[in-house]
Amino acid sequence: MRGFGMAVAALCTLLLSGCGYNQLQSRDEQVKAAWSEVLNQYQRRADLVPNLVNTVKGFAQQEKDVFTQVTAARSRVGSIQATPELVDNPEAFARFQAAQRELGGALSRLLAVAESYPQLKSDANFRDLQAQLEGTENRIAVARNRYIRAVQEYNVTVRSFPSNLTAMVFGFKPKPNFTVENEQEIAKPPRVDFGAKGK
Amino acid sequence: MIRLVAWFFAAAAWAQQSVPPLTAQVVDQTGTLTTEQKAALERKLREFELRKGAQIAVLMVPSTAPEPIEQYSLRVVEQWKLGRKKVDDGALLIVAKNDRALRIEVGYGLEGALNDATAKRIVSDIIAPRFRDGDFFGGVSAGVDAMMGVIEGEPLPAPKKAAPSEGGNVGQALPVLLILALVAGGLLRATLGRFLGGAVTGGMVGALAWLLVGTLAVALFAGVIAFLFTLLGGGRGYGYYGGFPGGFGGGGFSSSGGFSGGGGSFGGGGASGRW
Repeated sequence: MRGFGMAVAALCTLLLSGCGYNQLQSRDEQVKAAWSEVLNQYQRRADLVPNLVNTVKGFAQQEKDVFTQVTAARSRVGSIQATPELVDNPEAFARFQAAQRELGGALSRLLAVAESYPQLKSDANFRDLQAQLEGTENRIAVARNRYIRAVQEYNVTVRSFPSNLTAMVFGFKPKPNFTVENEQEIAKPPRVDFGAKGK
Repeated sequence: MIRLVAWFFAAAAWAQQSVPPLTAQVVDQTGTLTTEQKAALERKLREFELRKGAQIAVLMVPSTAPEPIEQYSLRVVEQWKLGRKKVDDGALLIVAKNDRALRIEVGYGLEGALNDATAKRIVSDIIAPRFRDGDFFGGVSAGVDAMMGVIEGEPLPAPKKAAPSEGGNVGQALPVLLILALVAGGLLRATLGRFLGGAVTGGMVGALAWLLVGTLAVALFAGVIAFLFTLLGGGRGYGYYGGFPGGFGGGGFSSSGGFSGGGGSFGGGGASGRW
């Protein structure tokens, strides 16, 4: 009686969890959605660049180096075809990451330059753009975190039994994630830090 | 070894501030607002939600360290789920008093009206100057007014007539219905026989689902499921069902007096500032 009950329970578990095919599908779709959101937010940042550069130019004409850096970084970002399939190609993924990191760095230098122009800092247009850039950087951080979580779930499913067998049969491979060193650099929005917090 | 474990626990506790439960529209953990001030803010926000549908909440904490306010605030809204599901019209005004930092966190549905630039202006032109003078109630109140004013201009779906916090959604009613179907179904099947027992259970569950959820299709569906469950459920399995209700207990209903988020989602929009 007891043994029979156990067997029924085991069968039910198997029937309910199945071979993981549906789970793989939905996790895969989740990763794609999370990645689209990351791309979306990166695009949003890139779209802010021309306006931001023009506004700063109006007040700080002589800072030519920074302008060229930002513009070059933006065009490099734009030259990479950011398709959802990028995720499955580790090399292209790394290149994409590098380009975005470069743009992030150039933008934070641009904002640092702005610090020394009080007139620019108090310009309403510049303040709005700065707020938008800050918001976008924060959204990028959020989207990246969600992507990391989605990939984590997906990779666990691909690697764990019994869904790894299904994954093998249907050709689901582990996906690359944002690496930790990158994380430190990019996830940090370009802003002045909050006082002395050494940790 | 013990020290190592203790260290881990200490590290875990130190790593993140916990998110306080959402008990009302205004959650003040710093004791800054008086009871009347808190009540006034809550009344204002409740009225706004009834009229416009959007949910705004205020959270005051001593500090968000070691996290930056953006990270902490996102964890708060991910847990509180302000705003209606799919409309995502929630917003949070969060103040970290000892950090002298504040932030307006904006749900997806409000990012158009309460965009980053507008949020930033509310933070730095309306709230921060008042906070600098030590007028916390004035700052929060004026900030909330400004947020409401901006959201007012956004066309949002009309709020439901019934009070939104009464838990009228399928997700909350489901566990209760399931338990009811299992228990009542088992009993009725034993007394009335398979088919009649199933029919009665199905009818009961259907009627209850209709009362709770208010959608006829859902109610019919629940009734049919309950009927089939009772009809097809094996007599042998009954012993297993018996063990269920203890585990589920109080079901998923929130008390009607409180305040709870409607399931809205956030993507990190908004603006932060300091004073």
